[in-house]
Amino acid sequence: MASNKKYWKSVEELNENSTIVETLRQNEFVEEVPVDEFLGDKETLESSSTSRRDFLKYVGFSTAAATLAACEGPVIKSIPYVVQPETIIPGVADYYATTIADGYDFASILIKTREGRPIKVENNKEAAVKGSANARIQASVLSLYDSMRVKTPKIAGEETSWEEFDGEVFQRIRTVADSGKPLVLLTQTFASPSTAKLIEEFKAKFSNVRHVTYDAISESTALDAFEAKYGERGLADYDFAKAELIVSVGADILGDWQGGGYDDGYAKGRIPQGKHGQAKMSRHIQFESNMSLSGANADKRVPLTPSDQKVALAKIYAGITGNAVSGRKLSDKVEDAIAKAVGQIKQAKTKAVVVSGINDVDAQSLVLAINEYLNSEAFDANAPRKIRQGNDKAVAKLVADVKNGAVGGVIMAGVNPVYTLANGKEFAEGLQKLELAVTFTMKEDETALNTKYIAPAPHYLESWGDVEMKKGHYSVMQPTIRPLFDTRQFQDALLKWTGSEQTYYEYIKETWSADILGGTSWNKAVHDGVFKTTATVSLADEATDAIENAPEAEEGEETAPQSVDVNAQARKLAGTKVATGMELVLYAKTGMGDGQQANNPWLQEFPDPITRASWDNYLTVSKADAAKLELVNENVANGGLNGSYAKVTVNGVSLEVPVIIQPGQAKGTVGLAVGYGKEAGIKEEMQTGVNAYTFYNNFNSAQEVTVTAAAREMHEFACVQLHNTLMGRGDIVKETTIEIFNTYGKEDLKHGWNVMPHVSKDHEMISATSPDADLWDEFDRSIGHHFNLSIDLNACTGCGACVIACHAENNVPVVGKTEVRRSRDMHWLRIDRYYSSEETFAGDDEAKENFDGLGLGNYVFGDREGNGSLSGFARLEDPSENPQVAFQPVMCQHCNHAPCETVCPVAATSHGRQGQNHMAYNRCVGTRYCANNCPYKVRRFNWFLYNKNDEFDYHMNDDLGRMVLNPDVVVRSRGVMEKCSMCIQMTQKTILDAKREGRQIKDGEFQTACSSACSSGAMVFGDINDKESKVAKSLKDDRMYHLLEHVGTKPNVQYYVKVRNTKEA
Amino acid sequence: MKKVNHRNSISRILGIALALTLAFSTSLFAQDSAAAVAAGKSLFNANCAACHKLDAMSTGPMLRNIEQRLAEEEGLDREWLYKWIRNSSALIKSGDAYAVKVYEENGKKAMTAFPTLTNEEIDNILAYTASEPIKPPTPDEKTVQVVESGFSNQMVLWALIVLFGLLALGLFLVNKTLRKFAAANGTLNLEEETKGTPIWKAFAQNQFLVIVTTIFFLLGSAYFAYGYLMQVGIDQGYQPIQPIHFSHKIHAGDNKIECKYCHSSARVSKHSGIPSLNICMNCHMNIAEYNGETSAKYSKDFYDKEIQKIYKATGWDPATQAYVNEPKPVKWVRIHNLPDFVYFNHSQHVTVAGVDCQKCHGQIQEMEIVEQHSPLTMGWCINCHRETDVNLKGSAYYEKIHEQLKEKYGVESFKASQMGALECGKCHY
Repeated sequence: MASNKKYWKSVEELNENSTIVETLRQNEFVEEVPVDEFLGDKETLESSSTSRRDFLKYVGFSTAAATLAACEGPVIKSIPYVVQPETIIPGVADYYATTIADGYDFASILIKTREGRPIKVENNKEAAVKGSANARIQASVLSLYDSMRVKTPKIAGEETSWEEFDGEVFQRIRTVADSGKPLVLLTQTFASPSTAKLIEEFKAKFSNVRHVTYDAISESTALDAFEAKYGERGLADYDFAKAELIVSVGADILGDWQGGGYDDGYAKGRIPQGKHGQAKMSRHIQFESNMSLSGANADKRVPLTPSDQKVALAKIYAGITGNAVSGRKLSDKVEDAIAKAVGQIKQAKTKAVVVSGINDVDAQSLVLAINEYLNSEAFDANAPRKIRQGNDKAVAKLVADVKNGAVGGVIMAGVNPVYTLANGKEFAEGLQKLELAVTFTMKEDETALNTKYIAPAPHYLESWGDVEMKKGHYSVMQPTIRPLFDTRQFQDALLKWTGSEQTYYEYIKETWSADILGGTSWNKAVHDGVFKTTATVSLADEATDAIENAPEAEEGEETAPQSVDVNAQARKLAGTKVATGMELVLYAKTGMGDGQQANNPWLQEFPDPITRASWDNYLTVSKADAAKLELVNENVANGGLNGSYAKVTVNGVSLEVPVIIQPGQAKGTVGLAVGYGKEAGIKEEMQTGVNAYTFYNNFNSAQEVTVTAAAREMHEFACVQLHNTLMGRGDIVKETTIEIFNTYGKEDLKHGWNVMPHVSKDHEMISATSPDADLWDEFDRSIGHHFNLSIDLNACTGCGACVIACHAENNVPVVGKTEVRRSRDMHWLRIDRYYSSEETFAGDDEAKENFDGLGLGNYVFGDREGNGSLSGFARLEDPSENPQVAFQPVMCQHCNHAPCETVCPVAATSHGRQGQNHMAYNRCVGTRYCANNCPYKVRRFNWFLYNKNDEFDYHMNDDLGRMVLNPDVVVRSRGVMEKCSMCIQMTQKTILDAKREGRQIKDGEFQTACSSACSSGAMVFGDINDKESKVAKSLKDDRMYHLLEHVGTKPNVQYYVKVRNTKEA
Repeated sequence: MKKVNHRNSISRILGIALALTLAFSTSLFAQDSAAAVAAGKSLFNANCAACHKLDAMSTGPMLRNIEQRLAEEEGLDREWLYKWIRNSSALIKSGDAYAVKVYEENGKKAMTAFPTLTNEEIDNILAYTASEPIKPPTPDEKTVQVVESGFSNQMVLWALIVLFGLLALGLFLVNKTLRKFAAANGTLNLEEETKGTPIWKAFAQNQFLVIVTTIFFLLGSAYFAYGYLMQVGIDQGYQPIQPIHFSHKIHAGDNKIECKYCHSSARVSKHSGIPSLNICMNCHMNIAEYNGETSAKYSKDFYDKEIQKIYKATGWDPATQAYVNEPKPVKWVRIHNLPDFVYFNHSQHVTVAGVDCQKCHGQIQEMEIVEQHSPLTMGWCINCHRETDVNLKGSAYYEKIHEQLKEKYGVESFKASQMGALECGKCHY
């Protein structure tokens, strides 16, 4: 039963005596306007140099000046095209299908362009594989307009021309080739058939060329395991929609694990399907150390250290296959969880799937063996993924060779090894000694600073390319804008250096006509952006010869499939010893990924879905470990979070990192995100956090570590988790278990899981939605459109793509770290993250009543079980050991009876017939009454002018960055309230298009930025007056509820009760 | 019956008369060269002017004195020309040396065939091409005239000024003399005027009047101050000078070019679109000079220079009929400026609502220089939304909505304001 559960957002809230939480609940704007500071103090007032007369003079003068300045309107010039391209109509958006393939993120997407400028990323619904954009891909359009990009070729720091650059580089390539030393191409994973072919040609032209593929965050162990078993370098693909049971051991399947993009399929299986009483959904068991998105969405989450995970995986393998594998005993709880998981896997048989993210070949081949054994339907080894091809051994050898001077030259493309390698410094030193070092890069990054020849590379939106995401599934990358700078693609350079006259575009076209298209139209492939063949040969393999060159690879190893002794591997895995110290688990944040887009203010300001902290990386520590190490977090009066610093040492290298106490972090482990701590080619504001890659030894995300408290002042986080709390009104998130969901009705007296709240009228309880309980008259909205947005909490994984999509569509400003800390973040759409314990809190309340005094003495002497309140509260905090997590996207609820509208003194916010709550910015005078009266805390105030203001030096402060603005939405100014408009510019456009074409509107045509970005189907937008629409039907769904129904606001946003596939309530 | 007969006879007479006139007309015109030139001019404009000009290269060669030039240079007679004009490609195929040469020289594009033109008609056209160009009045004479008339006006003015000066002096002198006489006679009484309080003092002493006047004065100034301040930011009548003097009067008025021919995006986009220069060149590739009405200020020469500006901007070389120079985009001055916080969509008004351009932009076809006709204030927008009926018929989009509305309110037509066109969020987002 849902309503008994207590939800909390921060560990601080578990502290019943916290004044901070109380303050934040009571005050909408935590910081008082400092009136008293000045006016209250008579002395300051009198000693002020500004007299009353002066003040009046200034007022008079500025009013007069403003009036005079306002009289003369500016002369605005309009410059039309000389020759207007036929397809471009000013004011009408064009969409192009293209593909992102930056080595970390791969997806087929659509790009919305206005007047030739790309301004937004949309999902390509026609793509069968990876057709959706995550938060980083959504934000990638802003990285195109990055003012820190390299604009011209450079030789030794001096700007030069391409002719000169070509001449010198070509000469040196010749010298290297003649010297007999190898020339190495060190590239990102392109997964590109044409590039693979082109590199082969380059190799043929110059002798002794070696190609090394490098992924900053390596999946090499999984690739090795797959290659050993199937003879092809790739990653097994999974379709979680087909799985009824998902067991993940350390795999963040909703994050970037093995290339990511699994959330769509996962979410499909998470929605309870079928008639009431027989509804079914998938079950997800997660063993992991850090609290990841996957763990947050799991039905059962077992916090476990990486070394224990290995043993657990071996035990799961043993349990399923029946092979005896003896591993050390784990804790009872974990053993129990493993046994249960094995039992359920055996029951689910082909409907089960096991995955792992452990960086260990043995673990990865065990996973393959388990899924083969189960004959898992969700498992696909026939058409492996090609989007990770990095080879650790080859990279390690290259680094050693560069250091020793055993290579003649290195040409790099799409990689930043000096930053992303644990031993990046050594690599940098080696680079400077080489005969030839070229890097194709968009930024003057750490690697570029150590490279003599810097070749400016275009952004993917300015490039041609092709990608094989998965065997037989091809995508085309096409430019959506002319190159902004004097850039050149790596591939074009290769063509030039091999003496070809072709452009890369012609080369791709030729390759496709010859090898891929099989007679079908190239133009259609470019138009669709995707192309599928049934070919059995992958064309995008890049790294084959890299393995041959790697000495560590077993000599004479064939790439053909061979028998792998899985049992031996399982035994080896089971024998993993307990780590001596603590274990560090490196991870990639949802917003930052591998750190390529660290100069993107949208991503910096994107609050992490789990910690809700932005502009930082930090050490996540469990509460128990934090207490042991004397690391603390505290919330200060303005709602900001402070954390102490910890000194983290791996292999003799130390960093001082701020700490966030993370509920659910496995004891004995700490987590740290990579991708931060960049210092080169990045604006000063964006230089945040520490570089965790320095700990990424041997490309293993798990490292043994020593953590000690550092004697430093507390770190100030920009963490929004306590901001805009809903005043403790509770019942925000409704959840239940599948068992209760199936057994009882939603209004069941005892077990009702979606009970309509009742209010008292004349001492009689009536439904909160009944007209008798209404203060307002009801409007008739039955004619025309009436928009509703429905949000299924079961399908929402918390990925945050909608947050960035909203930023891009609505010109939401970036406010910077200090402002976010003051809870002045401008996100129109926030994804609230709630923790709850597995047990109900009802028992805790009872326990609290029975506390007997403070019990300080006993507590100090180590009595944690005493009856005093100190020990009692300490016990109460136990839920933070392993809480359940719920995500809830909250934006303006567009209440039909909106409290904000009634309090606005200037009628700046009013209601539309179509259900949208309008906000006329030009009318707003900034009283902020509306924000005070909003029960959902979704209104945002513009404290400053965020555009063309040097104090906020983000994209809106430079001409290039402003190109990303959506011309259909106004850029708000200082002193104005703003909020979600339910993308009225998009609904109005849809209506206008239909009117112009004289047709009716079909369901699905109406979209908002968030609903169209949501690939998991959690957000559905539509017109409830169209009775056939999805939202009209969902309005009648049993799981549907409105936020704070008892307040009587009648919102136009529907939520769906979250159902967990778990027996424990 | 009578009536019918009567009418028949009239028409018969008229028919015969017409036939006679036609029969005689050829010989008449042939004799009368002025008439031939006039007929030739209209034929030329109807058939040839799309590609040929008399005194300049266009798509085809220039045609002034073409017959004479052909005869002198190539020895070709009128018969050759008949053949060429009626079917040039046949002539080229027959292997005629000069025909092939012309064909080669003009990028192997054969001239359109005109098989329907009679010999007489071709003769008339040739007569027109052989006529002397009409010389515009020389500018020198004009300036002299202007200067002359200006001079005479000034003379009159000066004479008048001197005259009035003399009169004033005379009166002053007369007055002085009379006063002298009066003083001498002792008839002038200077004491009289000091009697009673002056009116302004009386006014100042009357508090009631002072208060009432002050109130009126304050109210009056508030009224004008309000009126003045409400004008701030309203640029009605804004008429900036554009980099190219584009006359909407000539294009939309005299030549009746449809607005949306140039402003085509008004149909589908929020912007009406300032036409790109390639749209200008659709016509101006052939129209290099202005031949319409002129005035002193806007002479033919003035307009022709403006046309040259398009050529300069597009890099068009009229002599070689090709784009040769680097194009330079034109920086027009925007006249209608809505603030950023308003969303306005042309296609909503132009295509969906079918509003005439003139409704907001005024009689644009009469404007030599375009000015902002409407105040573009919110009140102005809303007034129109209140007055305008929405066209609900004939659109599948409105079908269901209209049915429902009719049922609910029992009326047929609805104003835009009743359909939600007054809601803030419809224009402000």
